[in-house]
Amino acid sequence: MLNYFLKRLIQSILVMIVVAFVSFSLFNYVGDPVHNMVGQEASTEKRQEIREKLGLNDPVHTQFLRFIGNAVKGEFGISYQLRRPVSELIAERLPATLELVFISALIAIISGVILGVYTGINRDGYLSNIILIISLFGVSLPTFVIGILFIYLFAVILGILPSFGRGEVVDLGFWNTGFLTLSGIKAIILPSITLSLFQMTYIIRLVRAEMMEILQTDYIKFARARGIQKNIINFKHALKNGLIPVITITGINVGTLVAFSIITETVFQWPGMGFLFINAVHFVDIPIMSAYLIMVAFIFVMINFVVDITYYVIDPRIRIKEEVASE
Amino acid sequence: MNIKNLMKILLTFLFVGFVSPVYSANLKWSMPGDSLTLDPHAQNEGPTHMVSRQVYESLVTRGIDMSIEPQLATSWKAKDPETWVFDLREGVVFSDGTALNASDVEFSINRALSGASDMIELIESITSVKALNYKKVEIKTEGPNPILLNQLSQIFIMSEEWSKKNGCESPQDFDASEETFCSINALGTGPFKITLREQDTRTVFERNSNWWGDQSQHNIDKIELLPINNDATRVAALLSGDIDFTNFTPAQDINRINSSSGHKVESTPQARTIFFGMDQGSDELRSSNIKGANPLKDKRVRLAMYHALDMDAIKDKVMRGLSEPAGMITFPGVQGYTKALDTRLPYDPEKSKQLLSEAGYPDGFEITLDCPNNRYINDEAICVAAVSMLAKVGIKVNLDAQPKSIHFKDLQNDLSDFYMLGWGVPTFDSHYVYSFLLASEGSWNKVGFSDARVDELVGTMLTETDLDKRNANIAEAWAIVQDNMPYLPLHHQVISWGSKSNVDVPIRTNNEPLFRHAKVN
Repeated sequence: MLNYFLKRLIQSILVMIVVAFVSFSLFNYVGDPVHNMVGQEASTEKRQEIREKLGLNDPVHTQFLRFIGNAVKGEFGISYQLRRPVSELIAERLPATLELVFISALIAIISGVILGVYTGINRDGYLSNIILIISLFGVSLPTFVIGILFIYLFAVILGILPSFGRGEVVDLGFWNTGFLTLSGIKAIILPSITLSLFQMTYIIRLVRAEMMEILQTDYIKFARARGIQKNIINFKHALKNGLIPVITITGINVGTLVAFSIITETVFQWPGMGFLFINAVHFVDIPIMSAYLIMVAFIFVMINFVVDITYYVIDPRIRIKEEVASE
Repeated sequence: MNIKNLMKILLTFLFVGFVSPVYSANLKWSMPGDSLTLDPHAQNEGPTHMVSRQVYESLVTRGIDMSIEPQLATSWKAKDPETWVFDLREGVVFSDGTALNASDVEFSINRALSGASDMIELIESITSVKALNYKKVEIKTEGPNPILLNQLSQIFIMSEEWSKKNGCESPQDFDASEETFCSINALGTGPFKITLREQDTRTVFERNSNWWGDQSQHNIDKIELLPINNDATRVAALLSGDIDFTNFTPAQDINRINSSSGHKVESTPQARTIFFGMDQGSDELRSSNIKGANPLKDKRVRLAMYHALDMDAIKDKVMRGLSEPAGMITFPGVQGYTKALDTRLPYDPEKSKQLLSEAGYPDGFEITLDCPNNRYINDEAICVAAVSMLAKVGIKVNLDAQPKSIHFKDLQNDLSDFYMLGWGVPTFDSHYVYSFLLASEGSWNKVGFSDARVDELVGTMLTETDLDKRNANIAEAWAIVQDNMPYLPLHHQVISWGSKSNVDVPIRTNNEPLFRHAKVN
């Protein structure tokens, strides 16, 4: 067990370092932060002086090592653009992103499973076909188009939901939340649905396929033959078994939700991390960009790590293979 | 959760439910980005100044029509060509009630000249600032400086006591690891004070009841700045009533906003001119098929390119009517601008071809045009149109459109043969254009233009205090430049402000709203 755990841990750290290095070397191609930091009046000498001060003239690997050294200490430096510590900026915006991702995941899972089961059971019903066709739009329309359409429909035409922002937030000291005010709850509806659509359609199709497969199996046939109620067969016997792969995939996809929230946050002016990142890219704010990439890589690696460990605990086959290999 | 937090939550409910409708003259203002910092000397950048200007004031300022007006100073005179004395206004206090005096002015200008201040280059001719007494300030410059007032209108005055007490005597340095108090708080003498600051989300300004000015010239009790980056979302927010006013209205949505009965759009030429630079200094172009020679050195080639551009078509098709075709690279209101110089040479592709043949390029040549794609209004689309117009006269242009952070980096590193650039003039004086774009050593002179007489004139523009002589110098310099055509003028940008019909914010050519003149009816 310990052996397996350590192996995974070392792998995870390696992946993070590689991801961090690759993204860090890309920063050389995003432009010159100094141009954005000083006015157009600044002389060439002053620009050079600032480059020197920021260490931008050092080779990439020196800059990278310095960055990793600071990151391990929890320091990500000060934003070039906002002149504030990056760790503080991220901490300020993390709650907004996590609340958005949490609600989106909830919407995606609940409605995805319900609709998936329905379409799995009523394979050729009219409603099933309509759901599947609509879900096709969910997969194929880009997020920003859906977001803008929602804004025009619900904010401009119907006037029932706010067009942007997060509403009033309540500061709980360690966390600022939009869940405690009416305007905050109203504000999260459109962005969370927009962000959830892709995952939702994904889950619908996955659950549907699983259900259809399981409903063909022998134990379901026997259950039917025994005269067990249809609902009990569908939900207790079939769905329960069908959910295992769904949980795994959804777990991994929550990480994707964090990453994809960038677009949703930009469209809805949602004050989260993704929005901070996009602004940082425009400004070439390297401290924010690198801290964000490290964070997202960390989230992905952590989720994968937890999933791997969970597999090990749940699935005896991996455990046995591992033990045979180590003997 | 403790009692205090519970109270906060309950109060928030109360606030949402009851308090907000009580403010009769609230104004919700939006722009794509936020102020980068509340420190008034740390960033010389548009939106940052737009926010600071509501809170901070300067010795002199620009009114709605952009002319220089007294603000914190009521009068000034030049004791000798290098020494100015300013008399400060009586009865000015900061929004916390402490009085403004001459030592605050001395402190603020010195602060703007120190450390990582982004204002240093603007006022570097100032050699010393001294408070003579409580209400008198003496400013000495290195040599005579006829545009000192223009420059001082950009320098905001802070409270010395407040700054020192909070540890921000100088603007924050780039490699500092702590934020400063002054970058997230503001204390000025202006008509508004900032009561809430959430970067990129919400900034609340409230009426400063201690302001020295005429409180009845505006009726705004509270301004909320709500930045919205996405154009479509910002327009939707305006149409749905979530915001009242934006000074960044995308051209493609103007008709949509005008067609709504409760909204209006106003437009005015902006203080920014867009042009192409052509490298005529290098002996060989980097991106051309012509080797061993630089076609752009030949004035006939530059004129041929000028005659090939149909700026009226670009105005109609690309800018949706929102541009003013330009004949010179600066705009109305700048000292030295004349309508005659700003008249474009005619669009004439036949003449272009003829000029190209005379210059020895009857089949044209190949060149790369570098263009930003997120800096100026429709920048990339203008370049695309120009490429096809130049193709018609035989010049094969390859377009390289990139984000501004890369575009300007390449320009700074002298990597471009042919590029787009826009130039605003905060001082409203031709010297600003010449010292950066046309002097041989100008830091933005990336076209390699060099003319001994122009260099001489740039020097005298800075020191000649006889205004008639100085204007004659400026006119002579423009005559030389217009004759050589080192840059291809394109157009002056036009800006548009959209708002609810009952909101009146006077539009200004520098795109900076002055809410001290705003009315909500």
